[in-house]
Amino acid sequence: MNAGHLAALAFLLPLLGTALVVLCGRRPNLREAMTILTGLATFVLVASLVPRLHAGESIRMDFFEVLPGLPLAFDVEPLGLLFALVASGLWILTSCYSIGYMRAHHEEHQTRFYAFFAIAISCAIGIAFSGNVFTLFLFYEALTLSTYPLVTHHGSEAAAKAGRAYLGILVTTSVAFLFTGIVWTWIIAGTVEFRPGGILQGKTNPLTAAVLLGLYVFGTGKAAVMPFHRWLPNAMVAPTPVSALLHAVAVVKAGVFTVLKVTVYVFGIDFLRETGASAWLAWVAAATMILAGLVALTRDGLKERLAYSTISQLAYIVLGAMVAHRLGIIGGALHIVAHAFGKITLFFCAGGILVATHKTKVSELDGLGRTMPVTMSAFFLASLSVIGLPPFGGSWSKLLLAMGAVQAGHAPLAWLLLAGSLLSAAYLLPISARAFLAPPKDDHRQEAPAMCLGPICFTTAGALALFFLSNPIHRLLEGIR
Amino acid sequence: MNWLARYNDWVAILLMMIGLYAIVGRKNLVKKLIGLSLFQTGIFLFFISIGKVDGGTAPVYFEPAGRDWVRYSNALPTALILTGIVVSVSTLAVALAITVSLHRAYGTVEVDEIEKADQDAPS
Amino acid sequence: MLRHNLPALIVVVPLLGGILTPILFRRGARPWAWATFVVASTFALSVALLLQVRGVLPAWSAYPSYPMGSWPIPWGIELRLDPLGAFVLVIISLVATVVTFAARRSLEREIPEDRRHFFYAVWILCITGFLGITITGDAFNVYVLLETASLASYILVGMGRDRDRRALKASVNYLLLGSIGACLILLGIGYIYMVTGTLNMADMAARLGEIRAKWEGGEMIYRRTVMVAVAFFAVGIGLKLALFPLHAWLPDAYTYAPSMASALLAGISTKVGAYVAMRFFFTVLGPEVSFRPIPTGTILQWCAAAGIVYGSLMALRQTEVKRILAYSSVAQVGYIALGIGIATPTGLQGSIVHLLNHAITKSGLFVALAAVALQAKGTTLVDLRGLGRRMPVTMAAFTAGGLGLIGIPMTAGFVSKWYLVKASIEQGLILPVVAVVVGSLLALAYVWRVVEAVYQPSADPGVREAPWSVVVSTWILIGASLFFGLHATLTSRLSLEAAHALLRGGP
Repeated sequence: MNAGHLAALAFLLPLLGTALVVLCGRRPNLREAMTILTGLATFVLVASLVPRLHAGESIRMDFFEVLPGLPLAFDVEPLGLLFALVASGLWILTSCYSIGYMRAHHEEHQTRFYAFFAIAISCAIGIAFSGNVFTLFLFYEALTLSTYPLVTHHGSEAAAKAGRAYLGILVTTSVAFLFTGIVWTWIIAGTVEFRPGGILQGKTNPLTAAVLLGLYVFGTGKAAVMPFHRWLPNAMVAPTPVSALLHAVAVVKAGVFTVLKVTVYVFGIDFLRETGASAWLAWVAAATMILAGLVALTRDGLKERLAYSTISQLAYIVLGAMVAHRLGIIGGALHIVAHAFGKITLFFCAGGILVATHKTKVSELDGLGRTMPVTMSAFFLASLSVIGLPPFGGSWSKLLLAMGAVQAGHAPLAWLLLAGSLLSAAYLLPISARAFLAPPKDDHRQEAPAMCLGPICFTTAGALALFFLSNPIHRLLEGIR
Repeated sequence: MNWLARYNDWVAILLMMIGLYAIVGRKNLVKKLIGLSLFQTGIFLFFISIGKVDGGTAPVYFEPAGRDWVRYSNALPTALILTGIVVSVSTLAVALAITVSLHRAYGTVEVDEIEKADQDAPS
Repeated sequence: MLRHNLPALIVVVPLLGGILTPILFRRGARPWAWATFVVASTFALSVALLLQVRGVLPAWSAYPSYPMGSWPIPWGIELRLDPLGAFVLVIISLVATVVTFAARRSLEREIPEDRRHFFYAVWILCITGFLGITITGDAFNVYVLLETASLASYILVGMGRDRDRRALKASVNYLLLGSIGACLILLGIGYIYMVTGTLNMADMAARLGEIRAKWEGGEMIYRRTVMVAVAFFAVGIGLKLALFPLHAWLPDAYTYAPSMASALLAGISTKVGAYVAMRFFFTVLGPEVSFRPIPTGTILQWCAAAGIVYGSLMALRQTEVKRILAYSSVAQVGYIALGIGIATPTGLQGSIVHLLNHAITKSGLFVALAAVALQAKGTTLVDLRGLGRRMPVTMAAFTAGGLGLIGIPMTAGFVSKWYLVKASIEQGLILPVVAVVVGSLLALAYVWRVVEAVYQPSADPGVREAPWSVVVSTWILIGASLFFGLHATLTSRLSLEAAHALLRGGP
């Protein structure tokens, strides 16, 4: 079986998982086993593509032509493979966590939950492996639709409202900006394929390129660039595993992945540097980063604070793409992984706190370090990763991003990156400080459920390991031309 | 341009406008239908009139005595309008049938009374 | 002998079939069965015609021209086949067949038995009229068949009176406006006849070509007459097409007609109106005549854009779902008109592809609604609450159809929007892009209102899934819209061929 077929299989496997989950809906244990098994199988398949990519094999799969000249096609390259690894790997952990959370919280409609979760992962892999912008757009929209039932899971009026905002902002940006940008690209370049060096070289002037790039960046609502970021804090009404999915695994990472991929393979780093078309967007990203960080400082709701933190961290990646330098791209890609592990841990902990103590506000978390030591220690360590301190993975990515900004001639942006890190310290560390240093409000010792603690420890370890294991990832990313 | 020479156009326009006004301005459904008839009649007259050829006789074939050719008026528009009249009559028939039905359902053929009845009744 | 006479057969078969219905097939389910058989055979005939156009099947000797009764053209009536016509024939007959097949139970509920055979007769005659319009090559024949089909539609709409007496007023309004529209088209035909002396569309095109050549040479003969004809055509066809602001008859007519009649009319009548527009503006008159002296293209674009926005906004305000779909049709017709107004190959390609896409999507949605009307108390938003649980298969089709209205990728609606946006950017036009985008977003809003209501926790335990014939029919139509959203190569090529044929002008 050639590598292209493996990639197609990796995409189809979660869909098969959906069918299995629905079939086993009546028997929860069997159903959960189906999810875990499918997750493991998908991850193994995706991982098997890594040596093939290193060997220089072309991993292509052309499915069929949707419109003349617009095929549905896969073409796996380093960025996409990295994203797919993150998505499939963290799916396994999120599924384990979900089992603990959903059962301890006595959530309803669990079959629907696991089913749409699997479909969403499939869409994420589709985005990761896409060989042209059209395929990416198709799966991007499918991801929005398949995560809608997850966001509105609780069925309450608040959930419905959040769902409407979610759908409204994401579909509006994708139809108004992204779709227009894709058609325009098709007209200018005659193709929408992802190619090393981009497809616009020599075909258009700097102003058009700047506008076109703006259409892509603002059209990718999932990257939560301001002012199209409101869907993210609104979506916090969903169950915590969904927030973990939204914030670490699939949705937002799909957004910034799209930005990175379009930057490298549609526009091309050299083309952007020559035309300077991305400079204005780098500043938009920097503004998002700082503003979101400032808002995070003011939020008392734990998940809301983490949501704004995510918006800020995503802006790092967009900034890295927009400085039009190789180091920025690599830093951004590394940050996808580092932030994924860090943020997912933070959300897992938030969910654990909710299930164990029914607390949702930062101000209520005093002394929780005593009663939930494992959870809060993990929270503390993950905070360090998100802030960007060694020995955690987040430090490498932030370093590379800063270096990329400086080498591209945007030294002020590097200072803003530093400011952003300080802000993240300001809104994250007090939580851990209050948890460990302040006296507890009540004294019953109750940790998060065991099925939740396992994944929490795993992801924390992952964030730590990324510091030491960044080399293999670096090697993978070397392949980006 | 000789305005008066095109009097067939003026007659047709007059009839069409009267008919159109009746359709739009009158509230009684039967009057609206009369207006529709007038409108269509105006158009038909216009069509027939363009078939007249200067010095042409009625387009019925006959053996000319003392000449070897005859100038006929154009037969085609007349034939066309015959078909058109059939269509118009059928439309009128359907319209009247619906009007009778309306009268049975509402007790009136005044459009404003029908609208009022619809608004008052629970939907 | 069969394949030599397909063009005539596709009109004669349903004509005879329709006339025979109230004579031979009066009782029980016989009218329905006969109607399904007749309409299905027209579908087979239309597919055969399409194969002849593509060269797969050998055609008759005088292809593409078919003189009716062997009277020589241009004095006799000619039936003419070209890529656009064949495409539209297949669309009409496909939608008609599926809807007729699905219509049995719904019409049993809504039409009293003593009139049902007449109803089916009129139903078949309506389809006959639309099929005839598509294949005829004679301008006056278009008028006659248009009125035939329209008369039948007025009757179909009016027969909704047993369910809701407001159908009668809807029918009268439809009749009045439709007749005015047809008369204006007749006037347009008359003016072109005055200038060219012929009623045969191909001949008209040739003579108008000569006149146009004289214009380019500086001799402006008959200019005013032709311009007046263009104006009359535009308004008359606009009334039939329900182009804003000439759309007033549509919402009431689709809402109060019998449920399956709405499905039939929504899928077919405005599409044939669009076909007539394309025929007259491009084949007969030619793009230079239609769009240059009077800026018809720009006017069409503005009216279309206004229709898209107006239709979608009105759809947002409704609580009766049939009305939402009706106003949505006003908006979707705007898309088709937008492509005609842009008048480039890509633009026309978008319009023609949208003919197919909207026909199958909208009729599929109406059939799904008819299923709801059959099983539940009514079709308001309140009545639809919770039906996602009770009628899952039907509602899944409805949701998929709704996604098609929005234009989500993987649905047929996306393909049309792709070409329309491409055509506008190619021409440097902003208005159509804005209109398409705003239309999609508003469609998201009004579709989602219905979807949210449908998937709420269940309210009425008595409702069950619709009969399998209706469910299968809905899924055939919606499934086709999903299929043609993913595999749009065939429809894209067909519509591009048709667009090029149209823009070359002439026969």
